[in-house]
Amino acid sequence: MSAQTELIDVNQFCIYHNVEISFIHSLHQSGLLDIVVVKETVFIQSEQLEQLEKLARLHYDLDINLEGIETIAYLLEKVTRLQDEMTTIKNKLRVYDSE
Amino acid sequence: MDFVDYYKVLEVDKKASTEDIKKAYRKLARKLHPDLNPNDKEAHKKFQQINEANEVLSDPEKRKKYDQYGKDWQHGDQYAQAARSQQRPRNDGGQFNNFSEDDFSDFFSSMFGGSSRSKRQTKFKGQDYNTEIHLSLMDALTTHQQTLTVDGKNIRITIPAGVENGQIIKLKGHGGAGGNGGPAGDLYITFVIANHPIFKRSGNDLNMTVEIDLYTAVLGGEVMVETLNGKVKLKVVPETQNGTKIRLKGKGAPVYKKEGEFGDLYVTYHIKIPTNLTEKQKALFTELSKL
Repeated sequence: MSAQTELIDVNQFCIYHNVEISFIHSLHQSGLLDIVVVKETVFIQSEQLEQLEKLARLHYDLDINLEGIETIAYLLEKVTRLQDEMTTIKNKLRVYDSE
Repeated sequence: MDFVDYYKVLEVDKKASTEDIKKAYRKLARKLHPDLNPNDKEAHKKFQQINEANEVLSDPEKRKKYDQYGKDWQHGDQYAQAARSQQRPRNDGGQFNNFSEDDFSDFFSSMFGGSSRSKRQTKFKGQDYNTEIHLSLMDALTTHQQTLTVDGKNIRITIPAGVENGQIIKLKGHGGAGGNGGPAGDLYITFVIANHPIFKRSGNDLNMTVEIDLYTAVLGGEVMVETLNGKVKLKVVPETQNGTKIRLKGKGAPVYKKEGEFGDLYVTYHIKIPTNLTEKQKALFTELSKL
């Protein structure tokens, strides 16, 4: 059974968020975003919307260039992983705390 | 309601130029932006403060009022009324989108009556969290409750009997807070189930090995077997072979979210050959082998 994914038209995204289409292509080329092309129209998968919005904020709100975004994306992934690990370990420790 | 020193917040001098304020704001925003500080409430709070400070100090009119009234902000109401009547939508640029009206302090609201920004406000979903819950096999086979602490909040969840090792469940809305009224992220919990010394699980079925002595295997007899619901007595038929597998229907693991349904328990007999035989036993075995 395959999960159905909603596709979001990149043009619509760019209009709504006031983002240049070249920015999306740059993200794709640097491996930060997957795009889907259907009949010459470029889409992103809905699961990636949150990530794309975040990357757009970093670029347009904070003036961070693509190289900076790549570094930040890598470090944020690491931070998130460490935070998840910490939550798991804290929950494990709670078992001993309550004893 | 306390006075907020916006100059101190932006770490600038009272004589700072608009350009200096802009630079200071950008510098701090790069450090404190919520996207760069996931799950950091302190950074988020500070980010709100610098946004508010920038809103005031980057606007000559607001800055003038702030400088004029400052600590005597309570007397600024009349000024605020007059200012509101002259307000018109504007786009001042440089202020971030993911900051809503609700994020301004009481001090700001009292003095300025709210934000004059008319910029687009993009809602965005909060961060998804991932965590693991480690269970013993017995816990996994019993419906029970557990409390998780995520972001300082306790979440009580019911774990249904029959949860599988590696199974992931999603708790919608229990992840990081959304921005601008956007929905909270989700919490994904992965179950990690430890091995059991007696039962090996295979889906809804359980497997176990039971040792029987040679005489019971040859002549038949009875053996007591541990199950999830206590011990049961099994009849061993004569001439039972090593590795014989028997099925106890409905004595396996409960089927996930299907009350009253259970898998089966498979018992494999391991025949134990006697050791340290006495001379008499050896003689009898020899005699037996010649028959």
